[in-house]
Amino acid sequence: MKSNKELFKELGAFISEKNNDPSELISILHFAQGLFGYLPMSVQTFIAEKLKINVSRVYGVVTFYSFFTMVPKGQNVINICLGTACFVRGAGDLLTKVEEILKIKNGETTPDGKFTLTTLRCVGACGLAPVMQINDKTYGNLKPEDIEGILADYY
Amino acid sequence: MLVNIKINGKDYQADSSLTILKVCRRYHIHIPTLCYMFHEETNLEHKPASCRVCVVEVKGRRNLVPACATTVYEGMEVTTNSLKCMEYRKNVVELLLSNHPNDCVYCAKNNKCELQALAAELGIRRVHYHGELSQKNEYHNARGLLKNPAKCILCNRCTAVCREVQSIEAIVPTMRGFKTVISTPNKCITCGQCIQVCPTGALIQQDDTLLVEKALADKDKYVIVNTAPAVRVSLGDEFGLPAGTNVEKKMVTSLRELGFDKVFDTNFGADLTIMEEANEFIERYQKKENLPLITSCCPGWVKFIEQEYPDLLQYPSSCKSPTEMFGAICKSYFAEKNNIPKENIVVVSLMPCLAKKREAARSELSNDGYQNVDYVLTVKEYAELLKRRGIQLQDLPDSDFDHPLGESSGAGDIFANTGGVIEAVARTASKWLQGEVKDCNFTAVRGLSGVREASVKVSDDVTLNLCICSGLAGARKVLEEIRNGTSKYDAIEIMACPGGCVNGGGQPVRTDMDQIDVIKARQKGIYDIDKDKLIRISCDNEEIKALYDEYLIAPGSKKAHELLHTHFHDSSKA
Repeated sequence: MKSNKELFKELGAFISEKNNDPSELISILHFAQGLFGYLPMSVQTFIAEKLKINVSRVYGVVTFYSFFTMVPKGQNVINICLGTACFVRGAGDLLTKVEEILKIKNGETTPDGKFTLTTLRCVGACGLAPVMQINDKTYGNLKPEDIEGILADYY
Repeated sequence: MLVNIKINGKDYQADSSLTILKVCRRYHIHIPTLCYMFHEETNLEHKPASCRVCVVEVKGRRNLVPACATTVYEGMEVTTNSLKCMEYRKNVVELLLSNHPNDCVYCAKNNKCELQALAAELGIRRVHYHGELSQKNEYHNARGLLKNPAKCILCNRCTAVCREVQSIEAIVPTMRGFKTVISTPNKCITCGQCIQVCPTGALIQQDDTLLVEKALADKDKYVIVNTAPAVRVSLGDEFGLPAGTNVEKKMVTSLRELGFDKVFDTNFGADLTIMEEANEFIERYQKKENLPLITSCCPGWVKFIEQEYPDLLQYPSSCKSPTEMFGAICKSYFAEKNNIPKENIVVVSLMPCLAKKREAARSELSNDGYQNVDYVLTVKEYAELLKRRGIQLQDLPDSDFDHPLGESSGAGDIFANTGGVIEAVARTASKWLQGEVKDCNFTAVRGLSGVREASVKVSDDVTLNLCICSGLAGARKVLEEIRNGTSKYDAIEIMACPGGCVNGGGQPVRTDMDQIDVIKARQKGIYDIDKDKLIRISCDNEEIKALYDEYLIAPGSKKAHELLHTHFHDSSKA
């Protein structure tokens, strides 16, 4: 586990690589979220100072995109696609099932920090609808009864 | 390139770079707008095309187009008032109203709200859509700005002004869709320009009228008021008088009617500021140190340099602002001369400015444990107070300021305009350096654009390089030059509001004419007052001379420093 200081150093190096260019803000935020797991105010302020822009602008972008989060996420992030194709093929039922099993609502993190549950609109895999992603892995053609077995792999 | 277009069946010619809206405005064809803003004084055209109120029909286009963001082309045929347009606009405004509290009757913006006016203009009698409000209908106080997100229509005029005119971005849009909200001000300098452009009651100013009324009702209190230079040419706006009308003498009468014990003039404080600032300038100029001297009358600007350029804090003049100097003199010289206990004196400042409220609360702007200024009222607040008391300003007889803190030179008056402070400094410096001033009108420093340069000859061998900024985006460029060591100026005047105090964040907003014309009328009003004054140089003011003879000894003396000078803090981390 890297110390906070090291993470900031790494982030600083990445921003320098991007020539401290404010138009790179989104890619920098992506990178920062990858490093820290989330984007607390300290990280946003750091980025703003490096790019010489106001932290309020950074905050505006962070809150605009649902991908960015200001609260720490769980070890595993579950994304259920609620795009049109997935939805008509039963993504709503998948969501209910996950909520039932993990005893959390959409957008929340389990108390043990294992899982964060979120939804998104279309991952571009409509042929596999309904689709659920856990971290970088995509599961397709799902039925509610498949969920329990999949989640078990992550304990 | 000129193109031929048809609007509502009639032929017109227009430049192809113009939008339909601009062409229509030029030919006095009315198209309603809501989110659109042309901030002519800073040449900022804000056209997010987000409200869709200005939609018009263009022949050959399937959908209606926003007039604010569509440029004209050869042969274009536009209809601005078809049934389709009318219905569409009505629908759009109904949708806005469906997400808007309908508490107009007791909204601070009642009768001054653009959304309300638009609903009336379009003849909306009911709203066909109902649903929950996207935000809670309540005000939050953030440093003197009251923000109610439920009344916000997300036109983003406020964020545009904060970003483009002031280069601060204290407020920005955050979140997305239904949850979108303008953020709570961060690093706000309280210039109030966002309030001035807000079409609804989403951004309004804090109201301190009750505090002043309580002080006036208290028999033990000796309540002194001082009125800023810019107030006399704007207060009339609230009482149906033409823009720029000088209502100084009626204003004095109205203040007496309200019950103020003494009615004095901030102009006196302005003359005093010039004595100290010109003295400080000549000292620095002769030693060639800490140049350029930057004026420090504007509290919005002072807050700006403290938070954005804390490494340059040696450049602003150490002088307090005119009203703070005035307050300090009230609670020392005036109190002692008239045997009034300092604790009983309440100093109220009538200002064109919102940032003055925060300035008055600064702990270093006090002497012997008493704040120099106790309460600040903006012109808007004062007009409300008068109306509540049933005082009709326009019908009042004339009267003059009280003395001894009521006399002023024309140099004090011109503080209201951008360039005024530097011109006032030049007059006194010139008088001191060469004994007399042939022409008081240093017109080279006057104007309206955001950054102006002028060379002013103040004596046979001294020509000063001056710079005048109003609006902080321009000031930022000038400050960067100082930081890089490339600044060539001897003195710089900076005012946060575009055009200076005549366009301050506490000034009335006229809905019947363009703001730029209002600013010009007020500027002219101020220069006319100055022109007609017998005394036009601060150091010729007899009451100022008496104050120095009896009390302060000389500009820059120990006593003067105690009472009239201040210091600045690095607030970049706060």
